[in-house]
Amino acid sequence: MAKITYIEHDGTEHVVDVKTGLSVMEGAVKNNIPGIDADCGGACACATCHVYVDPTWLANTGEKSAMEESMLDFAEGVEDNSRLSCQIKVSDELDGLVVRMPESQH
Amino acid sequence: MTDAAAHVVILGAGHAGGTCAALLRQYGHAGPITMVGEEPIPPYQRPPLSKAWLKGEADADSLALKPLEFYAEQKIDFRPNTTAVKLDRAARTVGLSDGSSVTYDVLVLATGARPIALPIPGADLEGVMFLRTAADAEQLKATVGPGKRLAVVGGGYIGLEVAASGRALGADVVVLEKEERLLARVANPTLSAFFKAYHEAHGVGFELGCSVTGFEGRDGKVTGVRLADGRVVDCDAVVVGVGAHPNQEIAQAAGLECARGVVVDLEARTSDPAIFAIGDVTYRPMPLYDRMFRPESVPSALEQAKQAACAITGRPAPPPEVPWNWSDQYDIKLQIAGLPFDADEVVVRGDPATAKFAVFHLKGDRLQSVEAINAPPEFMMGKQLIGARKPVDKARLADPSVSMKEVAA
Repeated sequence: MAKITYIEHDGTEHVVDVKTGLSVMEGAVKNNIPGIDADCGGACACATCHVYVDPTWLANTGEKSAMEESMLDFAEGVEDNSRLSCQIKVSDELDGLVVRMPESQH
Repeated sequence: MTDAAAHVVILGAGHAGGTCAALLRQYGHAGPITMVGEEPIPPYQRPPLSKAWLKGEADADSLALKPLEFYAEQKIDFRPNTTAVKLDRAARTVGLSDGSSVTYDVLVLATGARPIALPIPGADLEGVMFLRTAADAEQLKATVGPGKRLAVVGGGYIGLEVAASGRALGADVVVLEKEERLLARVANPTLSAFFKAYHEAHGVGFELGCSVTGFEGRDGKVTGVRLADGRVVDCDAVVVGVGAHPNQEIAQAAGLECARGVVVDLEARTSDPAIFAIGDVTYRPMPLYDRMFRPESVPSALEQAKQAACAITGRPAPPPEVPWNWSDQYDIKLQIAGLPFDADEVVVRGDPATAKFAVFHLKGDRLQSVEAINAPPEFMMGKQLIGARKPVDKARLADPSVSMKEVAA
């Protein structure tokens, strides 16, 4: 279990407990948090679950796969701390994680 | 915009219906929401049924769009195991299979589609299955395993995904297709050839250009598939994946305009302004292609759920979308953007032998669609080019040494 803070583009914060084993994307979708569309449901096929990971947490979220890297390379508004949230697995080590959502998911 | 206290009734609790209910709450709709679903469980993702779920890599919790308690918390009255039997538009009531009825201010038809059954002898034998619902997938998973022989009727995406998952589970798999190539209705011949070779390398057998005339059985259980040339293909189980019919009968009976599905506009509204329709049941306009189509895809269902939720809550409509879809088979990720309508030229970028390539469909110098195999840059950039209606240099597009960013520049 990890407490995760999702911050919408307009600054609205959502703090929820997310079960170990789910992805950071699933934590948002299952709690109906706006700003993460996740059209493909976590298949790393659409890049509509783009988030900015708080820089202090970046190292804890693991390595990007070649597929994720490649999808992100072509997403809008990508920064050094961009991740596809469907590719970050939740564990106890991520308790306190903070992610911010982009203005839109395209 | 609808009255904030309006009662929204959603018929169907699949990907479209479930997403629409959740978005209505997200967008601030305060009135009652009733969601009527035929299946015993709340809305879930169907795509993994032929892939991760079938292979045992996903569980029921991860399939669910939202946890069960979500619906109570959000005051969404979810009625499982229930179907709509009658729509009275004048009285704005829907009669349900449990004998009760609900009155709506706004109705959303999200009744989906059902697999087409083959009208041939033996189709009701045990072991002749479809793959549409979690219950179907459960039955298939219990039947397929090492030493079992699975016959797949239909070489479309569902059939090929089931074939790949069947091999992963250790079953022998043969795919029977009536056309001379796989994916004949939905993909370019280059892709058809690529997928056939890839599946063959993984041990799948194929019978192309064959006509299935019946199923053989013993003690009520399927034992083989009979072909028109008299041969019988032995098997322990069959999955029939030959397309789907829209569940539009209730809309038709109520006099809503229907064609190859319930006809809707760009807001997902039917010919009755109080009734929306979303997902596989609809025949819908495709903004970038100036035509009507029934896409039968999750992204299209999500898009229409958004269109309807926006219209109901008075939000601006979402921007015109580029349709897309995907398929996972073995370690192959196929991503498709756009629709190949009216294309007059095909450009292949990369070498299919490397299992990393893309097929672009152009109309003049405009990109209509792209089919990308293990090629995210081609998919992502192609999707953007389709949406932007930007002219494309074909020679540069065909040259993999020119990056997709340079092609689009």
